[in-house]
Amino acid sequence: MYAYDELDRTIVNERVSEFRDQVARRLSGELTEDEFKSLRLMNGVYLQLHAYMLRIAIPYGTLSSKQMRALAHVARKYDRGYGHFTTRQNIQYNWIKLAELPDALSDLAEVGIHGMQTSGNCIRNVTADQWAGVAPGEVEDPRIWAEILRQYSTLHPEFSFLPRKFKFAITASEHDRAAIKVHDIGLRIHKNAQGETGFEVLVGGGLGRTPFIGKTINEFVGQRDILSYVEAILRVYNQYGRRDNIYKARIKILVHELGIEKFKQEVEEEWAQMRDGALALQDAEIEDIRSRFFYPKYDNLSDTPDELKKALQNPNFEAWYKNSIAPHKQPGYAIVTLSLKPVGGPPGDATAEQMDEIADLAEKYSFGEIRVGHEQNLALPHVAKRDLPALWRALDKIGVATPNVNLVSDIIACPGLDYCSLANARSIPIAQELTRRFANPDTANLIGRLHINISGCINACGHHHVGHIGILGVEKNGEEFYQITIGGRADENAALGHLVGPAVPYDQVADVIEDIVEAYLALRQRPQELFVDAVKRLGVEPFKERVYATR
Amino acid sequence: MPLVKGNTVVADEFVHLAEDAPLPADGAVLLSAERFLKDPEAALARNGKENVKTGVIWPNNRDVDDLLPYLDRLAVIALVFPIFRDGRAYSQARLLRERHAFKGELRATGQVLRDQFMFMLRAGFDAFEVKKDKDAQVFADVAHRFSVFYQPTGDGRVTAFHRRLMHLPESVKS
Repeated sequence: MYAYDELDRTIVNERVSEFRDQVARRLSGELTEDEFKSLRLMNGVYLQLHAYMLRIAIPYGTLSSKQMRALAHVARKYDRGYGHFTTRQNIQYNWIKLAELPDALSDLAEVGIHGMQTSGNCIRNVTADQWAGVAPGEVEDPRIWAEILRQYSTLHPEFSFLPRKFKFAITASEHDRAAIKVHDIGLRIHKNAQGETGFEVLVGGGLGRTPFIGKTINEFVGQRDILSYVEAILRVYNQYGRRDNIYKARIKILVHELGIEKFKQEVEEEWAQMRDGALALQDAEIEDIRSRFFYPKYDNLSDTPDELKKALQNPNFEAWYKNSIAPHKQPGYAIVTLSLKPVGGPPGDATAEQMDEIADLAEKYSFGEIRVGHEQNLALPHVAKRDLPALWRALDKIGVATPNVNLVSDIIACPGLDYCSLANARSIPIAQELTRRFANPDTANLIGRLHINISGCINACGHHHVGHIGILGVEKNGEEFYQITIGGRADENAALGHLVGPAVPYDQVADVIEDIVEAYLALRQRPQELFVDAVKRLGVEPFKERVYATR
Repeated sequence: MPLVKGNTVVADEFVHLAEDAPLPADGAVLLSAERFLKDPEAALARNGKENVKTGVIWPNNRDVDDLLPYLDRLAVIALVFPIFRDGRAYSQARLLRERHAFKGELRATGQVLRDQFMFMLRAGFDAFEVKKDKDAQVFADVAHRFSVFYQPTGDGRVTAFHRRLMHLPESVKS
């Protein structure tokens, strides 16, 4: 965990006080809605279909129990008793009154959390591998760098009014859980031939209307140079990014139009003039941030405790263990994923009671630490394996032990037409229907790892392009239709999915997905061949035939 | 439009010169970039004097490098925020101040509202043509709303990084 100090807390509090003044000016009519819009967005406040929505940052997905309780408190006191965890390590509340927003933010500020830069045309909440610091084989904890970037980007005087939003993601593992290739800047920490730690910098990835996989602009930027290097990228983007058309304003379009070589040349020319300036990081600065991360004092525990061996004889526990538990760098410990995808539930939602209970369980079993992943699930990152049976019983009681992590019903979905003013179609009911269709754990296990992503509009908050199966809601003559893509993925082999065929109406979506899954079961070479690998080997055609032969 | 300089509303001694108005022999003027670049010497050395106060209004889509030959003789560079959301002039300001050491007045013009003062000050602006009278009146309060800053910029404020390091034990510093 990183603990905010007095300086970090001061900025958060001063920001709340500024926002309180802005809200007061809006309520008194001194600011028009149009003037207020940019200001509220920079504090995570949207105006949605029914009400204002508040989006809170969970930097690099790490939360303390105390912070989780504060999130529960806001859900209970100012909202309708629940919150929604998103694909960007944020939580959203949908029903907070404008006049109460400053109080809600002030309550959150007490535990060092805020809505700064969760929206607007600025550098957004920096995201990272949700297993950072605990995954085996990591080069180092990427959150140190996410935190350096968080501080660097917070209220940045030059880059708070960019052409469009700007998203960073960072990983230090071979297996990319942070989807760095579909971010404006993706950073991969690795070691060069000399054994030095530095960053592969990718730029211009992103989804939405014009999806792109990010391109490597520099294979290796050293630690001291990383801030100056990203500042050079941002400065080129701020000056030359398009502002005439919001659909062409993201950096991916600039990179695409210039070509990566020309873009790199612009960036490196800019960088050459500033890399040794004030942004060059000193070892002491890096060490200072590193020293502010606290790590649990692990015990030397058995990696195969008797409690676990015994519990694994229970098939229900075993099913959960199989897909919810990941290896930990410390023997005797495990990373536990909590599914926020119950059968028939809206993906990513948690009630205040669940949040409070999870906070308590994290204190009891995970050194008071919780993680939030882009798959809209939570994790407890440091659980002793001997405690897993007890933890499982407690999680099951509050409905977050559905044994479906990474399986077909672990669906990523945006809020869609039920909440979002941008959406053209519903997402949540599609997800709910699919979780019911694939509720049988035996079928789900037979299918294996399969990611379904649903977006209710072209803005792609549900990341449908990179779902193994992607579902995109569109509107045709006032009716909801859905385009279906297959073969996308968001990991280190990131790829965009391919369209299976014409869009299908709302009530056929679940049938079509079932057809695609059945086709896969019939076509796969062996049970270990993942759906997405089968699509890569076979192409779209056999799936298309199966889906449209009878329609 | 009120002009704020040195935390207080001041009278603007610079006259925005219309495109077709004749260049006065004396007096402080602000010229468009186009007009200025057509004949910079005529504007900078009016009436045989070297130090006539001359400023230029520089658009936010034009490279500030074009101004480099004149920087030490320009009294004012006015950068433009055509809309609140268009932040190109922040980059221009930092380049002029930090890379090119412009010492004259750096003026923010256009959609200048209180909610940007802190960003503008940090980017190097020291004069503000403020859109709303009330925003101009509260300038000093608003400009001091924040007391901690994360990024090093040319405004010289000590960053949070460095404030923390000052309290570090020697073993970590070395």
